[in-house]
Amino acid sequence: MKAAVVVFPGSNCDRDLAVAFKAAGADVEMVWHKDSTLPQGIDIVGIPGGFSYGDYLRCGAIAAHSPICKSVAAHADRGGYVLGICNGFQVLTETGLLPGALLRNAGLKYICKTVGLKVETSQSDYTNGYNAGDVIDIPIAHHDGNYFADQTTIQQLHDDDRIAFTYTDNPNGAQDDIAGILSENRRVLGMMPHPERAADAGHGGTDGQALFRALAGALTTA
Amino acid sequence: MTEPAITDELIAAHGFTPDEYAEVNSILGRAPNYTEMGIFSAMWNEHCSYKSSKKWLRTLPTEGPQVICGPGENAGVVDIGDGQALVFKMESHNHPSYIEPYQGAATGVGGILRDVFTMGARPIASMNALSFGRPEHPKTRQLVHGVVAGVGGYGNCFGVPCAGGEVRFDAAYDGNCLVNAFAAGLADADKIFYSAASGVGMPVVYLGAKTGRDGVGGATMASAEFDDTIEEKRPTVQVGDPFTEKRLMEATLELMGTGAVISIQDMGAAGLTCSAVEMGDKGGLGVKLTLEDVPQREENMTAYEMMLSESQERMLMVLKPELEAEARAVFEKWDLDFAIVGETIAEDRFLILHHGEVKADLPLSKLASTAPEYDRPWEETPPAAPLDLSFQIDPIEGLKGLIGDPNYAHKGWVFEQYDTMVMGDTNRTPGLGAGIMRVHGTDKAIAFTSDVTPRYVKANPFEGGKQAVAEAYRNLTAVGAKPLATTDNMNFGNPEKPAIMGQFVGAIKGIGAAVSALNMPIVSGNVSLYNETDGTAILPTPTIGAVGLIDHPAHIIGDAVREGHVALVVGHTTGHLGQSALLAQVRPDDAQGDAPHVDLEAEKAHGDFIRANRSSIAACTDLSDGGLALAAFELAEKSGLGVTLDTEDTARLFGEDQARYLIGCSAEQAEELRAAARVADVHVEIAGSFGGDTVTFGSASAPLADLSAIYRSTFADTFA
Repeated sequence: MKAAVVVFPGSNCDRDLAVAFKAAGADVEMVWHKDSTLPQGIDIVGIPGGFSYGDYLRCGAIAAHSPICKSVAAHADRGGYVLGICNGFQVLTETGLLPGALLRNAGLKYICKTVGLKVETSQSDYTNGYNAGDVIDIPIAHHDGNYFADQTTIQQLHDDDRIAFTYTDNPNGAQDDIAGILSENRRVLGMMPHPERAADAGHGGTDGQALFRALAGALTTA
Repeated sequence: MTEPAITDELIAAHGFTPDEYAEVNSILGRAPNYTEMGIFSAMWNEHCSYKSSKKWLRTLPTEGPQVICGPGENAGVVDIGDGQALVFKMESHNHPSYIEPYQGAATGVGGILRDVFTMGARPIASMNALSFGRPEHPKTRQLVHGVVAGVGGYGNCFGVPCAGGEVRFDAAYDGNCLVNAFAAGLADADKIFYSAASGVGMPVVYLGAKTGRDGVGGATMASAEFDDTIEEKRPTVQVGDPFTEKRLMEATLELMGTGAVISIQDMGAAGLTCSAVEMGDKGGLGVKLTLEDVPQREENMTAYEMMLSESQERMLMVLKPELEAEARAVFEKWDLDFAIVGETIAEDRFLILHHGEVKADLPLSKLASTAPEYDRPWEETPPAAPLDLSFQIDPIEGLKGLIGDPNYAHKGWVFEQYDTMVMGDTNRTPGLGAGIMRVHGTDKAIAFTSDVTPRYVKANPFEGGKQAVAEAYRNLTAVGAKPLATTDNMNFGNPEKPAIMGQFVGAIKGIGAAVSALNMPIVSGNVSLYNETDGTAILPTPTIGAVGLIDHPAHIIGDAVREGHVALVVGHTTGHLGQSALLAQVRPDDAQGDAPHVDLEAEKAHGDFIRANRSSIAACTDLSDGGLALAAFELAEKSGLGVTLDTEDTARLFGEDQARYLIGCSAEQAEELRAAARVADVHVEIAGSFGGDTVTFGSASAPLADLSAIYRSTFADTFA
């Protein structure tokens, strides 16, 4: 598995994501936001958590117009894998790679804590290391994680089995408890919780490891 | 632009006493002009000059084999082995936070982070010690919301995990909250950057955000008491931009890697003035600045405004001229300003030019070194009268009172607003005792704690000062760490009052005795005086931030108890209820007596005992506020278990005797500990056991679920 991790000037989970990819066996390259091309042979692009360009406007709105995001979109259009976590999920909705939007948390406060996530589908290269219905403990850390989309879109996500994770105890007001969603081709995943913060027994537990291992399994080709 | 004439009002508004102003005239051999007066005021105010406290701060132990750099630089530096160093400091932002809670707290976090990365260290942990007025005071709720959101808003965006802190409430802070921000960073021990300039004719470079009018005169404001004109002071509070700070940190660390930096200093209090004078003075050089070259975000700024602005996210650096292109490229990469604004000069001058006009021409070394130093008169705090405290209460009601008080209730409402896990190395999040961050890519970890019990310090400054350090030592010990070093943030009232100065002197003596006995020297610190409103002082609050080293993950002591675990207390329990949390709850209107005595030899012996026997300990916590009852409840509740203690005696349960720990362990481990204690001559006793779903103290009992609900909902219910 060859992974690229995008670094915006305000990214702050870039190293954390790279560490989790590497622990699953990936070769990782960091990619600067001003670059307009991805390195050759990249299987998956990770868009990490943080505050891309400060997020003083809508979270991820400016990042969506950065040079690197155009090549990330092209990579996705070619059928490439993209994993957006937290701010990365916000960037993916702003670029239109995933539908919907992330609104301010219903409680209006930033929340950092470990929450229960229900795995809604094992039918993706991200989630096939879990069984549908599994409940896993994964940390969240966001101010704007309240997933919103119009009813048609929400219905479509349900019909297509594209809801990857839901909260067992909704912390932010997200519609239908949605914590993460897949693209139509199931190769783009956006999620507010941080699986990279639960991929090490000495830090946040190990419930996120299966996601990175499943990816490594799918993307390690001869 | 014409400058205002110097009048007596203007002199007083700059915080000068008549004697101090006469001294300025004598140094210059003439009267200062307006800009020069502003510069002197910035250098001589209490906040920057430590003029009331210097005499006493000098008495603190600051040395040890683990110390690489003690007080005097931006932050202290300690050796953590393998060629690595930890750089840390704690600093107050009290007055700005009371005036404008969000921005005041946010820029407090920003300032302390800058102190750390200015020395070449990447911040890896933060803590925040917050003191507010009574929960029911009309201003408290707004301050709690604003300060917590400001601390989180800045630190979360910057990307530094919160490792711990404190939140307390007392009527003494009604008119003057305290916001003490701590940061620690990691660096290679041989790549620490200092502030002393060297070389004549070297370019002085301005880095980071542009200069505006925000915070002009902020340090002088922070050195005065509050009164009802406080709202007028809002424009002296700076506005923070954590996104720029994050870029400034990345760019600064990258720049340091190019070898272009001769010396560097962050622009904190009194921005351009303090940073330039400090670099020149430490290097024995003069500095010339040309202010038209300073990046500005407002039009028509005067020399006075630029020299005194406290705009955030700025640094000043002396650059190796041959590496200018490399240095500039780094800052362009991060889209930050990089401007040459002057040079070092051989003469002892601080020469400020603006569009060719001399705006200030001052003897630099004298500006830095001649700030007044006072030996303020002080009165020893009179000893408290002995009390007869042989009363008994229903212990469950006593516990309910404590956990239903925001002071002792679960603080999740606060900590969940801070990112505690960014950077991927958080081994223990805040909540119970010290937080733990791993040292990335190594087997080591650092434990962090922040402690002080202000009511003890008020009753008995010497014992209270000792106790703050001892509690920090215990919190580090309880997670298995070896305490390394300390930063002190001294928050007191008006030092011109002998009783207040007596609190300060007593606390310093106590802190000094404790850090010496426990081998945790002071390596950095900050003093905040004049914390008074309309003549009423805060509780004396010398916040102690301390760090400890854990050399292997296996040496971390856990915090989870299991069904059937023995509850074992290390240390003697005599039942000292004076100044206890319980006494303040049940007899708030009575005399509260004396603070508990701290036996530093016992502290050291018990700490060594815990560390030597860590393999026999499943979970450990120190005993402090609320005594054995609160500690046992907290430790059990964290694991979702009940606890049974064999006593219902009020003093044994709620007494706050020092040098004690509560351990949870198996019956076999308890035997091992008892055997080891006999050899080490340490007193241990079995106090009960963990398990079940009730909290039982002797014959009194309540369901854990009920108590847990009180403990976890009180804070949110009080402030939501």
